[in-house]
Amino acid sequence: MSHKVLICRCEDVTLGELDEAIEKGHDDLESVKRYTGFGTGWCQGKQCVGLVARLLVERGGQVPQLPITPRPPFHPVPLAHLAGLLDEEGSA
Amino acid sequence: MSMRPLPEDARCVVIGAGIMGLAVAYNLARFGVDRIVVVDAGYLCGGASGRNGGGVRAQWSSATNIRLMQRSIEICDAFATKMRINVWFRKSGYLFLATSEERAKQLGDSTDLQREHGLPTRMLDASDVRKLAPELDTSRVIAASYNEDDGVVFPWPFVWGYARECARLGIDIHTHTRVTELETQGGRITGVVTERGRIKTPKVICAAGAWSPEITRTAGVSLPSHPHRHEICATEPLKPFLRPFVGDLGTGLYFSQSMRGEIVGGISNAAVPAGLDSKSSLRFLALYARSLTRALPILGSVRVLRQWSGCYDITPDGNPLVGPVDEMEGLILTSGFMGHGFMMAPIMGELLARHLLFDEERELFERWNLRRYAEGNLLSETMILG
Repeated sequence: MSHKVLICRCEDVTLGELDEAIEKGHDDLESVKRYTGFGTGWCQGKQCVGLVARLLVERGGQVPQLPITPRPPFHPVPLAHLAGLLDEEGSA
Repeated sequence: MSMRPLPEDARCVVIGAGIMGLAVAYNLARFGVDRIVVVDAGYLCGGASGRNGGGVRAQWSSATNIRLMQRSIEICDAFATKMRINVWFRKSGYLFLATSEERAKQLGDSTDLQREHGLPTRMLDASDVRKLAPELDTSRVIAASYNEDDGVVFPWPFVWGYARECARLGIDIHTHTRVTELETQGGRITGVVTERGRIKTPKVICAAGAWSPEITRTAGVSLPSHPHRHEICATEPLKPFLRPFVGDLGTGLYFSQSMRGEIVGGISNAAVPAGLDSKSSLRFLALYARSLTRALPILGSVRVLRQWSGCYDITPDGNPLVGPVDEMEGLILTSGFMGHGFMMAPIMGELLARHLLFDEERELFERWNLRRYAEGNLLSETMILG
């Protein structure tokens, strides 16, 4: 059953994968992110980090003091927009 | 990785549970050394081992680096089977582009040297490059070098694989255990003080990457290396289309398509001041996006999902600091890898263990010893990327 429950919808991470990560010793939030890949997709954790933190603590994992490190950009941004931010000399 | 108590003493303490520290510890244990403890300030993959672009290549400009990376790639090839973990190793070649005559000549010289060492590296012209990667804009490309045996890995499973095998061999790994001081007495190491307690030990292997200078400083050992922040980013995933890892030594631009489909890459940004720093900047995204969309114009509408940074451990001569430190008995370095420590670690772990235990590879460890700075025997390497 736990392999049918999605806890990160962008990356299709299941509850079973969280259990497996904790069992293998990846029991802090940043390590769970790396081992399962949760929070690394389109939303960058905005939808799932609260849920995963709660599930981790319920399962005896380390209590997170912070969310996973936020990774810019806030929303996905096309490369062409970013490429236009600098002039030829390279100053912004 | 939970908070077990620290042991009171150890035969050897490795500082840094990145791929370098774990590879050294694993090889020492494999050759029979017991009571090894590995400590790390953060979580597994929290340092440069978890933040790099995953490139693994034997295209270098010095015979030493070519030889070592040939062997490191062999270890990567066998890693999944031997360590029972999928590392997503994709051997799809490394393509170095030259957009100036000077760079073209350097690539040509390096290619000659690599071929002398048995590598299949070959020089390409712009039309060959288009055959290999039709989406690349080659209008500024004068020449390129290509080695089909180079490739890309997913870095994290290497760390997990080594950590699991280390644990199986009885190595005690303590993450979230920051080292505050190396304890010394009369010019020799006597222990390691951490935020979680002290471990008595006669031997410390410092594999702390960019944090190495501040750790050795607590024992009065000054390293010539310094930390330098480098940034990297990933786009949304795309259907696989780009086979080789592409690098341009002129701008420091590099990128590849990961097995997840994302375009992952970075670029040199000399304006970043030296120092331990993990911030991300908009300036990096702008620099990278401008160069990347020039090299691969079809990516313009592709979106960047996330950016992050890590620290290179930069040495003045572009070569690492490895082996015992003359003025501090029991202190051994394996640092200063210029952002290429990940790919070097599988072979360095084995060779450093063999050197410490069986006195093998004397010439290599003499060449890369810290004492070259006191003696003035500096080295060179022109194929440093990013």
